[in-house]
Amino acid sequence: MFKNVLLPFLNILILISLLLYIIPPSVISQYLGSGSGVLGFSIAALVGSVTLIPGFVSYPIAAGLIQQGASYAVVATFMTTLMMVGVVTLPLEIRYFGKTVAITRNALNFVAAVIIGLMVGIIL
Amino acid sequence: MKSFLKKHKKYVWLAAYAILALLSFAIGFNPGKAVFTNFTQSFVEMITFVPFLFIIVGLFDVWVPKEKIQRHIGQESGVKGIVLVVLLAMLQAGPLYGAFPVAYMLYKKGASIRNIFIYLGAFSSLKIPMLGIEIGYLGIEFSLARTLVSLPLFIGIGYLMERYLKDKNFKISDGSQ
Repeated sequence: MFKNVLLPFLNILILISLLLYIIPPSVISQYLGSGSGVLGFSIAALVGSVTLIPGFVSYPIAAGLIQQGASYAVVATFMTTLMMVGVVTLPLEIRYFGKTVAITRNALNFVAAVIIGLMVGIIL
Repeated sequence: MKSFLKKHKKYVWLAAYAILALLSFAIGFNPGKAVFTNFTQSFVEMITFVPFLFIIVGLFDVWVPKEKIQRHIGQESGVKGIVLVVLLAMLQAGPLYGAFPVAYMLYKKGASIRNIFIYLGAFSSLKIPMLGIEIGYLGIEFSLARTLVSLPLFIGIGYLMERYLKDKNFKISDGSQ
């Protein structure tokens, strides 16, 4: 079973590696660290949804963002969309759940992630 | 040659990628090296966690009878079912796509649609190993706030998906197609 899906998994990793070259973490930090307004929030949600950064890389980025003065709302949105929404992994998700369900799940999770980001921003 | 290519068509991307990566290192092409470094980071994450998830899937398949899953996290399982899938998700680790095979197994064994999507939600952001790292970097208040806001939303999504998929003949495949 693992052997059957190893290849699609590797193909997704290839895609992720190219995407992270186009949108490198340093650029993400630059845009999210300074702007914590509506623009920063939107970029956080968008970039978080599209990319998929491993946890042990993304948490240091998040901590760096807070140090640079990004708001908790922006960081929470970025982290939550990273974890819950995966545009780049959609081809893989479709193999398991079918197109409609995979897209619906991602759309619902995107809305939830934005709510989570805003709520965390309000609480902290 | 042609038939060889046809037979191994699905490996084309991987092979081309490997060759380009090797070339990049050979001639010192920096963008190529950077792309490959990204790849190794994601690969390390995958190879540390995903095979482990497949072992869980395998053990589940052999050891846990369908009747048991149906009773505990099936259609009629209620709040207890939700608590169980959230706990199951929290005890695991790895990227979200690693949870898809587990979702397939849960589906095969008769877990309810609601619980499968609650499981995916909880897996995405309530895993204990990840919470540990998160608390280390962002502090306990952040993790606590994020977790407490997230949980009801995941449960809500589970109910929404169940409602949406009720009469839709929803299936989860094993991912090999």
